[in-house]
Amino acid sequence: MTATRNHASVTSEGVAPARGESGYMAAAFTPRVLAGAFGLVAVVVLAGEAWAQLNSGAGQAGIMTTLWKWTPLILFGPKGEFGGFVLNIVVSFLAMAIGTISGLVLGLGLISKFGPVRSVAWAITQFFRNSPWLVLLFFVMLLTPFQIRILGLSIPLPAWLKATVGLALPIMANIAEIVRGAVNSIPTGQWESAESLAFSRLQTLWRIILPQCVKRMIPPWMNWYAILTMATPLISIVGVNDAMTLTQDALASEQRTDLLMPMYALLLLFFFVYCYPIARWTIRLERKYAVRI
Amino acid sequence: MEGLWDFLRSLHDAYGINLVHFYDTFERGRMLRGMWTSIKLAAVCIVLSVLIGILGAWLQGSRFKVLKAVVQGYIQFFRNTPPLVQMYFFYFALGPQMPRVVNEYGISQPMLGSFEWAVISLSFFAGAFNIEIFRSGVEAVQRSTVEAAESLGFNRWQIYRYVVLPLAVRVCLPALNNNLVNLIKTTTQAYAIAVPETLFVASQIWSDRINVFEMMVTLLTFYLLLVGIFVWLMTRLERSLRVPGFGQ
Repeated sequence: MTATRNHASVTSEGVAPARGESGYMAAAFTPRVLAGAFGLVAVVVLAGEAWAQLNSGAGQAGIMTTLWKWTPLILFGPKGEFGGFVLNIVVSFLAMAIGTISGLVLGLGLISKFGPVRSVAWAITQFFRNSPWLVLLFFVMLLTPFQIRILGLSIPLPAWLKATVGLALPIMANIAEIVRGAVNSIPTGQWESAESLAFSRLQTLWRIILPQCVKRMIPPWMNWYAILTMATPLISIVGVNDAMTLTQDALASEQRTDLLMPMYALLLLFFFVYCYPIARWTIRLERKYAVRI
Repeated sequence: MEGLWDFLRSLHDAYGINLVHFYDTFERGRMLRGMWTSIKLAAVCIVLSVLIGILGAWLQGSRFKVLKAVVQGYIQFFRNTPPLVQMYFFYFALGPQMPRVVNEYGISQPMLGSFEWAVISLSFFAGAFNIEIFRSGVEAVQRSTVEAAESLGFNRWQIYRYVVLPLAVRVCLPALNNNLVNLIKTTTQAYAIAVPETLFVASQIWSDRINVFEMMVTLLTFYLLLVGIFVWLMTRLERSLRVPGFGQ
């Protein structure tokens, strides 16, 4: 843990002092946490195994074997199809990308000098921030067509793509708030000195203010990414083949009550293993970038 | 009221704006019941999750390492897994393990229904966040205040109950407010385990009456109102609890 490698991200204030950072993964997956996570699953599996021993006769595959059999399906989806946990991750990436770009535009609308733009941006932000995710998801799924026609060319809109847009909407509104907050946290002196150097408002924003905002926006942005990833199973409700749907399919085809707990625990573990390091990393960055008074 | 319903009915006949869930007595009845279920669900979950938060924050200050580790494990697990999967885990995996009871019609049914499981899973989910929020408030209370209470002979629980918590609550109210709003929005997930709350009832109505758009607008308005009223109440609470000498 005493690597002397400089931090990879070069900041505007120069390189941060080299701290013992041999990659966040090593730090996030401390042996204790890993042991805890796997211990939890082991307990659930063993309990299930014992339960199965008590309740069923011979001729059934063990819990571990069965879980192992279904793991590839839940992770990567059916052969030749797009689905499973990979789909959850792809949806989260895409929704985050769409949400970030549109949120940036909306956030700049929130700090606009032009009143009407500001009010419209405010209304949009409040609307999407305060609506339940699932309702927005239904809204997009049911009220957009399954294909669009442009110049006689019909482009199909697959369900997962529509679901991605549905998840991107609340992200957009929250990113907009983050942008507004970050811009407001930059000292007024920066604006004034840029003005005295004859920068236009657009130039000031683009070349002076926003570059300084990036650093403070990263921790909350990552936080929202984790929240988004944990919201992706919602798309199973509107009929997308994600890890949640496939887990339920696997359970339906096995027809075994002793599998219920281990299967759901496995799915919870997938998400935990993906989201926990992100959460730890976010806390580290938050500490590192904290404004010290 | 009749006049309004007639007007809405004429709106349907003239413009095709189908607000059947207002003017039809049956649909109105089930939609109002759904809204009431949502409000009940949100209220019960808010109370339980705040209690979990208060208790958890107290346990985190405990001297026993094992107890602290258990609370920490609970927080990390519920914060870093999807609430929907948690709800499924509770309802589909833990639900069948519960003993069955015989209801008044002589039919055997699970001890806990979908509403109860939704309450349990949502409270645990929001509770995990509340513990962290209350802990941040507890940490903001000055050490000297606690020492003063100690010197007056308060025991650990009394200090928490009468000195630390009242101050901590005031510090963490904005963060708590945020999390509880999130909880209200997350109650829609109870749809997935067929709790007859607003979204569930709305989906039934739009399947029967094919008025998806009108239903969606009603739904979104309902949730905006619900969240709006809650935020207004919390702001009033915040103002009435304000400690003189802090802030502007």
